[in-house]
Amino acid sequence: MSAEGGLTTTGYIQHHLTNLAVCADAAKDATGHCHGFWTLHLDTLVVSGVLGLVAFGLMAKLASRATAGVPAGWQNFVEMVIGMVDQQVRDTFHGKSALVTPLAITIFVWVFLMNAMDLIPVDFLPVAASAVGINYLKVVPTTDPNLTFAMSITVFFIMIWMNLKVKGFGGYMHEIFTAPFGAKLAPVNFIFRIVEDIAKPISLALRLFGNMYAGEMVFILIALLGLYQLPLALPWALFHILIITLQAFVFMMLTIVYMSMAAESH
Amino acid sequence: MSINATLIGQAIWFAIFIWITMKYVWPPLQKAMADRQKQIADGLAAAERGKQEQEIAAKRSADALRDAKEKASEVIAAAEKRAQQIVEEAKGQAKVEADKVLASGKAEIDQEVERAKQQLRERVAELAVAGAEKILKKEINAAAHADILGSLKQGL
Repeated sequence: MSAEGGLTTTGYIQHHLTNLAVCADAAKDATGHCHGFWTLHLDTLVVSGVLGLVAFGLMAKLASRATAGVPAGWQNFVEMVIGMVDQQVRDTFHGKSALVTPLAITIFVWVFLMNAMDLIPVDFLPVAASAVGINYLKVVPTTDPNLTFAMSITVFFIMIWMNLKVKGFGGYMHEIFTAPFGAKLAPVNFIFRIVEDIAKPISLALRLFGNMYAGEMVFILIALLGLYQLPLALPWALFHILIITLQAFVFMMLTIVYMSMAAESH
Repeated sequence: MSINATLIGQAIWFAIFIWITMKYVWPPLQKAMADRQKQIADGLAAAERGKQEQEIAAKRSADALRDAKEKASEVIAAAEKRAQQIVEEAKGQAKVEADKVLASGKAEIDQEVERAKQQLRERVAELAVAGAEKILKKEINAAAHADILGSLKQGL
Protein backbone atom coordinates (compact mmCIF):
# COMPACT_ATOMS: atom_id res chain seq x y z
CA MET A 1 0.00 0.00 0.00
CA SER A 2 2.41 2.64 1.13
CA ALA A 3 5.99 3.08 0.10
CA GLU A 4 7.07 2.66 3.67
CA GLY A 5 6.01 -0.86 4.61
CA GLY A 6 4.83 -1.70 8.07
CA LEU A 7 2.91 1.54 8.54
CA THR A 8 -0.19 1.57 10.64
CA THR A 9 -3.53 2.60 9.14
CA THR A 10 -3.31 5.96 10.86
CA GLY A 11 0.20 6.39 9.60
CA TYR A 12 -0.84 5.55 6.06
CA ILE A 13 -3.66 8.07 6.11
CA GLN A 14 -1.51 10.75 7.69
CA HIS A 15 1.23 10.09 5.19
CA HIS A 16 -1.21 10.62 2.33
CA LEU A 17 -2.47 13.85 3.82
CA THR A 18 0.93 15.39 4.40
CA ASN A 19 2.25 17.89 1.93
CA LEU A 20 5.76 17.92 0.58
CA ALA A 21 6.93 21.01 2.47
CA VAL A 22 10.09 23.02 2.28
CA CYS A 23 11.21 25.65 4.77
CA ALA A 24 14.27 27.06 6.41
CA ASP A 25 16.04 24.62 8.75
CA ALA A 26 15.22 26.82 11.71
CA ALA A 27 11.49 26.22 11.16
CA LYS A 28 11.78 22.42 11.31
CA ASP A 29 10.88 20.43 14.38
CA ALA A 30 12.70 17.38 15.67
CA THR A 31 11.04 15.03 13.13
CA GLY A 32 11.96 17.30 10.20
CA HIS A 33 8.43 18.64 9.68
CA CYS A 34 8.03 22.30 8.84
CA HIS A 35 6.12 24.72 11.03
CA GLY A 36 5.35 28.39 10.81
CA PHE A 37 4.22 30.65 8.01
CA TRP A 38 7.30 30.53 5.82
CA THR A 39 6.69 27.03 4.55
CA LEU A 40 6.03 26.13 0.94
CA HIS A 41 4.00 23.10 -0.12
CA LEU A 42 6.01 22.12 -3.15
CA ASP A 43 3.58 19.43 -4.30
CA THR A 44 0.63 21.83 -4.35
CA LEU A 45 2.63 24.52 -6.09
CA VAL A 46 4.16 22.21 -8.70
CA VAL A 47 1.08 20.14 -9.51
CA SER A 48 -1.24 23.15 -9.79
CA GLY A 49 1.39 25.12 -11.69
CA VAL A 50 2.13 22.36 -14.19
CA LEU A 51 -1.58 21.67 -14.74
CA GLY A 52 -2.26 25.36 -15.25
CA LEU A 53 0.72 25.95 -17.53
CA VAL A 54 -0.12 22.94 -19.70
CA ALA A 55 -3.84 23.69 -19.88
CA PHE A 56 -3.65 27.43 -20.45
CA GLY A 57 -0.54 27.14 -22.62
CA LEU A 58 -2.33 24.68 -24.90
CA MET A 59 -5.46 26.79 -24.90
CA ALA A 60 -3.47 29.91 -25.78
CA LYS A 61 -1.71 28.05 -28.60
CA LEU A 62 -5.01 26.76 -29.85
CA ALA A 63 -6.65 30.17 -29.56
CA SER A 64 -3.88 31.75 -31.65
CA ARG A 65 -4.79 29.36 -34.47
CA ALA A 66 -8.55 29.54 -33.95
CA THR A 67 -10.53 30.14 -37.11
CA ALA A 68 -14.02 31.41 -37.66
CA GLY A 69 -14.63 28.50 -40.01
CA VAL A 70 -15.97 25.14 -38.97
CA PRO A 71 -14.18 24.32 -35.70
CA ALA A 72 -12.54 20.91 -35.59
CA GLY A 73 -11.11 18.69 -32.89
CA TRP A 74 -9.73 20.45 -29.86
CA GLN A 75 -10.89 23.89 -30.94
CA ASN A 76 -14.41 22.55 -30.93
CA PHE A 77 -14.01 21.10 -27.45
CA VAL A 78 -12.38 24.21 -25.98
CA GLU A 79 -15.00 26.43 -27.61
CA MET A 80 -17.73 24.28 -26.14
CA VAL A 81 -16.32 24.64 -22.61
CA ILE A 82 -15.60 28.33 -23.02
CA GLY A 83 -18.97 28.93 -24.64
CA MET A 84 -20.66 27.28 -21.65
CA VAL A 85 -18.74 29.50 -19.21
CA ASP A 86 -19.44 32.57 -21.33
CA GLN A 87 -23.15 31.75 -21.37
CA GLN A 88 -23.15 31.57 -17.57
CA VAL A 89 -21.40 34.93 -17.40
CA ARG A 90 -23.85 36.48 -19.84
CA ASP A 91 -26.83 35.13 -17.88
CA THR A 92 -25.58 36.35 -14.52
CA PHE A 93 -23.23 39.28 -15.00
CA HIS A 94 -24.87 42.21 -16.71
CA GLY A 95 -22.09 44.78 -16.53
CA LYS A 96 -19.34 45.22 -19.08
CA SER A 97 -16.00 43.81 -18.07
CA ALA A 98 -13.09 42.28 -19.96
CA LEU A 99 -12.06 40.45 -16.79
CA VAL A 100 -15.06 38.45 -15.62
CA THR A 101 -15.27 35.89 -18.43
CA PRO A 102 -11.51 35.13 -18.47
CA LEU A 103 -11.62 34.89 -14.67
CA ALA A 104 -14.51 32.44 -14.82
CA ILE A 105 -12.81 30.39 -17.55
CA THR A 106 -9.58 30.25 -15.54
CA ILE A 107 -11.38 29.13 -12.40
CA PHE A 108 -13.48 26.48 -14.10
CA VAL A 109 -10.70 24.92 -16.16
CA TRP A 110 -8.03 25.09 -13.48
CA VAL A 111 -10.17 23.88 -10.57
CA PHE A 112 -11.60 21.11 -12.71
CA LEU A 113 -8.14 19.85 -13.69
CA MET A 114 -6.82 20.05 -10.14
CA ASN A 115 -9.89 18.22 -8.84
CA ALA A 116 -9.46 15.64 -11.58
CA MET A 117 -6.13 14.63 -10.04
CA ASP A 118 -8.35 12.91 -7.49
CA LEU A 119 -9.27 10.34 -10.11
CA ILE A 120 -5.71 9.04 -10.35
CA PRO A 121 -5.57 6.09 -7.95
CA VAL A 122 -4.33 7.41 -4.62
CA ASP A 123 -1.06 5.47 -4.49
CA PHE A 124 0.19 5.83 -8.08
CA LEU A 125 1.92 9.16 -7.85
CA PRO A 126 3.12 8.98 -4.22
CA VAL A 127 4.74 5.58 -4.85
CA ALA A 128 6.30 6.83 -8.07
CA ALA A 129 7.57 9.88 -6.20
CA SER A 130 9.03 7.88 -3.36
CA ALA A 131 10.94 5.84 -5.93
CA VAL A 132 12.85 9.00 -6.85
CA GLY A 133 13.34 10.01 -3.22
CA ILE A 134 10.33 12.25 -2.59
CA ASN A 135 8.78 11.04 0.65
CA TYR A 136 5.57 13.03 0.75
CA LEU A 137 3.23 13.88 -2.07
CA LYS A 138 -0.32 15.15 -1.79
CA VAL A 139 -1.44 14.96 -5.40
CA VAL A 140 -4.72 16.89 -5.37
CA PRO A 141 -3.90 20.58 -5.01
CA THR A 142 -7.48 21.51 -4.10
CA THR A 143 -7.19 19.45 -0.91
CA ASP A 144 -4.69 22.06 0.27
CA PRO A 145 -6.55 24.99 1.90
CA ASN A 146 -3.64 27.22 0.91
CA LEU A 147 -4.68 26.88 -2.70
CA THR A 148 -8.41 27.31 -2.16
CA PHE A 149 -7.86 30.33 0.08
CA ALA A 150 -5.36 31.80 -2.38
CA MET A 151 -8.02 31.61 -5.08
CA SER A 152 -10.89 32.89 -2.95
CA ILE A 153 -8.83 35.77 -1.53
CA THR A 154 -7.75 36.74 -5.06
CA VAL A 155 -11.41 36.67 -6.07
CA PHE A 156 -12.18 38.77 -2.99
CA PHE A 157 -9.69 41.47 -4.00
CA ILE A 158 -10.91 41.47 -7.56
CA MET A 159 -14.40 41.91 -6.13
CA ILE A 160 -13.31 44.97 -4.13
CA TRP A 161 -11.54 46.34 -7.19
CA MET A 162 -14.69 45.80 -9.24
CA ASN A 163 -16.73 47.65 -6.60
CA LEU A 164 -14.35 50.60 -6.69
CA LYS A 165 -14.18 50.64 -10.47
CA VAL A 166 -17.92 50.54 -11.03
CA LYS A 167 -19.16 52.66 -8.11
CA GLY A 168 -16.14 54.78 -7.31
CA PHE A 169 -14.80 55.14 -3.77
CA GLY A 170 -17.67 57.37 -2.66
CA GLY A 171 -20.33 55.13 -4.12
CA TYR A 172 -18.75 52.04 -2.58
CA MET A 173 -18.56 53.66 0.87
CA HIS A 174 -22.11 54.90 0.52
CA GLU A 175 -23.27 51.39 -0.27
CA ILE A 176 -21.33 49.87 2.62
CA PHE A 177 -22.83 52.23 5.16
CA THR A 178 -26.40 52.62 3.87
CA ALA A 179 -27.40 49.22 2.51
CA PRO A 180 -29.61 47.53 3.46
CA PHE A 181 -31.10 49.55 6.39
CA GLY A 182 -30.47 53.16 5.35
CA ALA A 183 -28.15 55.87 6.67
CA LYS A 184 -29.63 55.93 10.20
CA LEU A 185 -28.31 52.48 10.97
CA ALA A 186 -24.87 53.01 9.41
CA PRO A 187 -22.89 51.01 12.02
CA VAL A 188 -25.24 48.03 11.68
CA ASN A 189 -24.98 48.20 7.93
CA PHE A 190 -21.21 48.34 8.16
CA ILE A 191 -21.00 45.30 10.45
CA PHE A 192 -23.43 43.36 8.26
CA ARG A 193 -21.39 44.23 5.23
CA ILE A 194 -18.15 43.08 6.79
CA VAL A 195 -19.67 39.77 7.84
CA GLU A 196 -21.18 39.35 4.39
CA ASP A 197 -17.97 40.10 2.53
CA ILE A 198 -15.69 38.07 4.78
CA ALA A 199 -18.05 35.13 4.52
CA LYS A 200 -17.67 35.08 0.74
CA PRO A 201 -13.99 34.09 0.43
CA ILE A 202 -14.18 31.80 3.45
CA SER A 203 -17.19 29.91 2.15
CA LEU A 204 -15.71 29.72 -1.37
CA ALA A 205 -12.41 28.31 -0.11
CA LEU A 206 -13.79 25.95 2.52
CA ARG A 207 -16.49 24.54 0.25
CA LEU A 208 -14.00 23.47 -2.38
CA PHE A 209 -11.42 22.33 0.17
CA GLY A 210 -13.96 20.40 2.22
CA ASN A 211 -15.49 18.58 -0.73
CA MET A 212 -12.18 17.58 -2.24
CA TYR A 213 -10.60 16.70 1.09
CA ALA A 214 -13.52 14.48 2.00
CA GLY A 215 -13.51 12.86 -1.44
CA GLU A 216 -9.79 12.19 -1.20
CA MET A 217 -10.26 10.80 2.28
CA VAL A 218 -12.85 8.33 1.01
CA PHE A 219 -10.43 7.25 -1.75
CA ILE A 220 -7.74 6.67 0.89
CA LEU A 221 -10.10 4.68 3.10
CA ILE A 222 -11.17 2.58 0.13
CA ALA A 223 -7.52 1.97 -0.69
CA LEU A 224 -7.06 0.62 2.85
CA LEU A 225 -9.43 -2.26 2.13
CA GLY A 226 -6.82 -4.18 0.21
CA LEU A 227 -8.36 -6.35 -2.49
CA TYR A 228 -11.89 -5.17 -1.69
CA GLN A 229 -11.03 -1.71 -2.93
CA LEU A 230 -11.40 -2.88 -6.52
CA PRO A 231 -15.22 -2.99 -6.65
CA LEU A 232 -15.46 0.18 -4.56
CA ALA A 233 -12.88 2.52 -6.06
CA LEU A 234 -14.49 2.58 -9.51
CA PRO A 235 -18.04 3.54 -8.40
CA TRP A 236 -16.65 6.19 -6.08
CA ALA A 237 -14.48 7.53 -8.89
CA LEU A 238 -17.53 7.67 -11.15
CA PHE A 239 -19.49 9.59 -8.52
CA HIS A 240 -16.46 11.75 -8.00
CA ILE A 241 -16.49 12.83 -11.65
CA LEU A 242 -19.77 14.56 -10.82
CA ILE A 243 -18.33 16.11 -7.67
CA ILE A 244 -15.19 17.51 -9.27
CA THR A 245 -17.18 19.04 -12.13
CA LEU A 246 -19.83 20.39 -9.80
CA GLN A 247 -17.29 21.93 -7.43
CA ALA A 248 -15.45 23.60 -10.30
CA PHE A 249 -18.75 24.90 -11.61
CA VAL A 250 -19.90 26.11 -8.20
CA PHE A 251 -16.66 28.00 -7.56
CA MET A 252 -16.92 29.61 -11.00
CA MET A 253 -20.62 30.41 -10.65
CA LEU A 254 -20.26 31.99 -7.20
CA THR A 255 -17.36 34.07 -8.44
CA ILE A 256 -19.54 35.35 -11.29
CA VAL A 257 -22.36 36.09 -8.84
CA TYR A 258 -20.02 38.00 -6.51
CA MET A 259 -18.66 39.98 -9.47
CA SER A 260 -22.16 40.79 -10.62
CA MET A 261 -23.10 41.91 -7.09
CA ALA A 262 -20.00 44.09 -7.05
CA ALA A 263 -20.86 45.60 -10.43
CA GLU A 264 -24.48 46.41 -9.59
CA SER A 265 -25.61 49.10 -7.24
CA HIS A 266 -28.09 48.26 -4.55
CA MET B 1 -3.22 21.71 6.93
CA SER B 2 -1.84 25.01 8.15
CA ILE B 3 -2.02 28.23 6.21
CA ASN B 4 1.44 29.26 5.09
CA ALA B 5 3.40 30.94 2.33
CA THR B 6 2.04 28.46 -0.21
CA LEU B 7 -0.95 30.80 -0.25
CA ILE B 8 1.16 33.54 -1.79
CA GLY B 9 2.64 31.20 -4.36
CA GLN B 10 -0.81 29.95 -5.33
CA ALA B 11 -2.15 33.48 -5.62
CA ILE B 12 0.72 34.23 -8.01
CA TRP B 13 -0.08 31.14 -10.11
CA PHE B 14 -3.73 32.13 -10.15
CA ALA B 15 -2.89 35.66 -11.26
CA ILE B 16 -0.60 34.35 -14.02
CA PHE B 17 -3.28 32.01 -15.34
CA ILE B 18 -5.94 34.71 -15.25
CA TRP B 19 -3.56 36.94 -17.20
CA ILE B 20 -2.86 34.22 -19.80
CA THR B 21 -6.56 33.56 -20.24
CA MET B 22 -7.37 37.25 -20.40
CA LYS B 23 -4.68 38.05 -22.93
CA TYR B 24 -4.13 34.95 -25.05
CA VAL B 25 -7.05 32.56 -24.67
CA TRP B 26 -10.30 34.47 -24.40
CA PRO B 27 -9.95 37.33 -26.94
CA PRO B 28 -8.98 35.21 -29.99
CA LEU B 29 -11.50 32.51 -29.19
CA GLN B 30 -14.21 35.06 -28.54
CA LYS B 31 -13.38 36.74 -31.83
CA ALA B 32 -13.47 33.44 -33.70
CA MET B 33 -16.79 32.52 -32.11
CA ALA B 34 -18.31 35.95 -32.73
CA ASP B 35 -17.09 35.92 -36.34
CA ARG B 36 -18.55 32.49 -36.90
CA GLN B 37 -21.84 33.57 -35.36
CA LYS B 38 -21.88 36.56 -37.69
CA GLN B 39 -21.05 34.41 -40.71
CA ILE B 40 -23.88 32.03 -39.88
CA ALA B 41 -26.30 34.89 -39.29
CA ASP B 42 -25.25 36.49 -42.59
CA GLY B 43 -25.63 33.20 -44.39
CA LEU B 44 -29.10 32.69 -43.00
CA ALA B 45 -30.07 36.25 -43.89
CA ALA B 46 -28.72 35.78 -47.42
CA ALA B 47 -30.66 32.54 -47.78
CA GLU B 48 -33.81 34.30 -46.60
CA ARG B 49 -33.18 37.14 -49.03
CA GLY B 50 -32.56 34.70 -51.87
CA LYS B 51 -35.80 32.93 -51.10
CA GLN B 52 -37.71 36.20 -51.13
CA GLU B 53 -36.07 37.24 -54.39
CA GLN B 54 -36.91 33.90 -55.91
CA GLU B 55 -40.54 34.33 -54.85
CA ILE B 56 -40.63 37.80 -56.36
CA ALA B 57 -39.07 36.54 -59.58
CA ALA B 58 -41.55 33.67 -59.78
CA LYS B 59 -44.40 36.12 -59.31
CA ARG B 60 -42.95 38.42 -61.94
CA SER B 61 -42.55 35.61 -64.45
CA ALA B 62 -46.14 34.50 -63.81
CA ASP B 63 -47.29 38.07 -64.40
CA ALA B 64 -45.28 38.28 -67.60
CA LEU B 65 -46.71 35.00 -68.80
CA ARG B 66 -50.24 36.15 -68.08
CA ASP B 67 -49.62 39.47 -69.86
CA ALA B 68 -48.20 37.69 -72.87
CA LYS B 69 -51.18 35.35 -73.02
CA GLU B 70 -53.58 38.27 -72.80
CA LYS B 71 -51.72 40.13 -75.49
CA ALA B 72 -51.62 37.09 -77.71
CA SER B 73 -55.36 36.54 -77.40
CA GLU B 74 -55.91 40.23 -78.10
CA VAL B 75 -53.77 39.99 -81.20
CA ILE B 76 -55.61 36.88 -82.33
CA ALA B 77 -58.96 38.56 -81.77
CA ALA B 78 -57.82 41.63 -83.68
CA ALA B 79 -56.50 39.51 -86.50
CA GLU B 80 -59.77 37.58 -86.71
CA LYS B 81 -61.73 40.79 -86.78
CA ARG B 82 -59.49 42.19 -89.47
CA ALA B 83 -59.82 39.01 -91.53
CA GLN B 84 -63.58 39.18 -91.29
CA GLN B 85 -63.45 42.81 -92.27
CA ILE B 86 -61.31 41.97 -95.29
CA VAL B 87 -63.68 39.20 -96.29
CA GLU B 88 -66.63 41.56 -95.95
CA GLU B 89 -64.87 44.19 -97.97
CA ALA B 90 -63.99 41.64 -100.63
CA LYS B 91 -67.56 40.44 -100.68
CA GLY B 92 -68.82 43.96 -101.10
CA GLN B 93 -66.36 44.72 -103.85
CA ALA B 94 -67.19 41.52 -105.63
CA LYS B 95 -70.90 42.34 -105.48
CA VAL B 96 -70.27 45.80 -106.83
CA GLU B 97 -68.12 44.35 -109.58
CA ALA B 98 -70.68 41.72 -110.35
CA ASP B 99 -73.43 44.32 -110.48
CA LYS B 100 -71.30 46.40 -112.78
CA VAL B 101 -70.64 43.44 -115.06
CA LEU B 102 -74.29 42.51 -114.92
CA ALA B 103 -75.33 46.06 -115.74
CA SER B 104 -72.90 46.35 -118.62
CA GLY B 105 -74.01 42.94 -119.88
CA LYS B 106 -77.63 44.03 -119.70
CA ALA B 107 -76.82 47.25 -121.50
CA GLU B 108 -75.01 45.34 -124.20
CA ILE B 109 -77.88 42.94 -124.50
CA ASP B 110 -80.30 45.88 -124.77
CA GLN B 111 -78.12 47.43 -127.40
CA GLU B 112 -77.92 44.15 -129.26
CA VAL B 113 -81.70 43.79 -129.03
CA GLU B 114 -82.11 47.33 -130.29
CA ARG B 115 -79.74 46.69 -133.16
CA ALA B 116 -81.47 43.42 -133.99
CA LYS B 117 -84.80 45.22 -133.86
CA GLN B 118 -83.40 47.88 -136.14
CA GLN B 119 -82.16 45.26 -138.57
CA LEU B 120 -85.42 43.41 -138.24
CA ARG B 121 -87.28 46.62 -138.93
CA GLU B 122 -85.23 47.15 -142.07
CA ARG B 123 -85.72 43.57 -143.12
CA VAL B 124 -89.46 43.47 -142.23
CA ALA B 125 -90.08 46.31 -144.60
CA GLU B 126 -88.07 44.61 -147.29
CA LEU B 127 -89.75 41.24 -146.64
CA ALA B 128 -93.12 42.82 -146.52
CA VAL B 129 -92.43 44.63 -149.76
CA ALA B 130 -90.97 41.48 -151.27
CA GLY B 131 -94.01 39.46 -150.08
CA ALA B 132 -96.37 42.10 -151.27
CA GLU B 133 -94.49 42.34 -154.50
CA LYS B 134 -94.82 38.60 -154.95
CA ILE B 135 -98.58 38.62 -154.03
CA LEU B 136 -99.49 41.75 -155.83
CA LYS B 137 -96.96 41.56 -158.71
CA LYS B 138 -99.12 42.75 -161.22
CA GLU B 139 -101.39 45.18 -159.51
CA ILE B 140 -99.26 47.03 -157.11
CA ASN B 141 -96.58 49.41 -158.07
CA ALA B 142 -93.88 49.86 -155.47
CA ALA B 143 -93.47 53.43 -156.36
CA ALA B 144 -97.23 54.20 -156.23
CA HIS B 145 -97.59 52.78 -152.73
CA ALA B 146 -94.34 54.00 -151.26
CA ASP B 147 -96.08 56.34 -148.83
CA ILE B 148 -98.20 53.53 -147.40
CA LEU B 149 -95.07 51.39 -146.94
CA GLY B 150 -93.33 54.30 -145.36
CA SER B 151 -96.11 54.73 -142.79
CA LEU B 152 -96.01 50.96 -142.15
CA LYS B 153 -92.29 51.20 -141.56
CA GLN B 154 -92.87 53.99 -139.09
CA GLY B 155 -95.53 51.92 -137.26
CA LEU B 156 -93.09 49.17 -136.31
